[in-house]
Amino acid sequence: MKCRVCRGPAIIDVRRHNAAFCGDHFVVHCREQVQRAIHSHRMIEPEDRVLVAVSGGKDSLALWDLFSELGIAADGLFLGLGIGDYSGASVGFARSYARDRGLVLHEVDLAVDVGFTIPSAAEATRRAPCSACGLSKRHLFNAFALDHEYTVVATGHNLDDEAAVLLGNVLRWDVEYLGRQQPVLPATEGFARKVKPLIRLGERETAAYCVIRGIDYQVEECPMAGGNRHLGYKEILNEVEARSPGTKAAFLFGFLDRGHERFSERVEVERDDLHACTVCGAPTPGDVCAFCRLRERAASEPIDVARPRG
Amino acid sequence: MKVVLRNPRRELEVRGPKTVTALLAELDVSAESVLVIADDELVARDARLGDGATVEIRPVMSGGCDVDAGARRARPLAAAR
Repeated sequence: MKCRVCRGPAIIDVRRHNAAFCGDHFVVHCREQVQRAIHSHRMIEPEDRVLVAVSGGKDSLALWDLFSELGIAADGLFLGLGIGDYSGASVGFARSYARDRGLVLHEVDLAVDVGFTIPSAAEATRRAPCSACGLSKRHLFNAFALDHEYTVVATGHNLDDEAAVLLGNVLRWDVEYLGRQQPVLPATEGFARKVKPLIRLGERETAAYCVIRGIDYQVEECPMAGGNRHLGYKEILNEVEARSPGTKAAFLFGFLDRGHERFSERVEVERDDLHACTVCGAPTPGDVCAFCRLRERAASEPIDVARPRG
Repeated sequence: MKVVLRNPRRELEVRGPKTVTALLAELDVSAESVLVIADDELVARDARLGDGATVEIRPVMSGGCDVDAGARRARPLAAAR
């Protein structure tokens, strides 16, 4: 295989683009894809303050690195989930990346700052750990951004993540979630803008980007994620993609271009129906938001989560 | 060649030389879900791996949270399915 740009030896192929790249031109490819996503969806404006949700994995560290490459200043926030050695190793990768590049990494630790961990929350609620994890991340990243005057929360969701979420939502015809699945969720009362600049890159590309750029990341899979539905959808999509390269991108971008608007009206109605949580003030359709109800069930001694650390 | 697999980490001895594509087929690993790193260098699918190479097959699939990614109105706990 030869690099599509310079005809030198290729080290990575991207079948949906029918292309292969050398290391240098693959980095350019990633930069262009992220720049295109940011520009076409108007994700970030020059006056924005950007907070990257950093997990220590390939996607979030690639995103942070690509922001630097594109000249977009961004601080990171790591959320300690309390998942044993896995969380300990993950924060190590995040700290090393930030320290080596002189970047600001904030940390919130669920056990210390909120009073529960993902395993304890899963046990207390008798729900899948991924459910408590996703809920906690969405709430705490947003709360931290608002409390520290960040206008944008950027997450490392990639093409594979979004295609898998879309497949799950379509299989269940979950019209509420279909209405919300967008690369940008605009800022509204109680919410910072949320953006997904990696939607034009597959996870094989973000991993390759990290390897080429010499970024050490958490390669191990979360021990609590095994066998979950989301990973099953990814495996199914990979089988389809192997037979027909480009299907994942066509599925996701076809939805965003031609399908999403059919579901978005419902979201507008729901947004008007939100008011402040009586405990934390976050927007919620009920009296107490889902995160505060989770905390009430799972936490021993809740503490203020908004203070910066590290 | 020595082949290192992850999640869980384990090592295999596989006779070389052979291409990356042939190695992945032999191990029944989807090329969509891994990177192949030979002697610390990322290699493309047509690369030929020598018998003395050390090859890491690194999975790229991750995630678990955010089955409902992008949600701004989390499903009430009592109504969870």
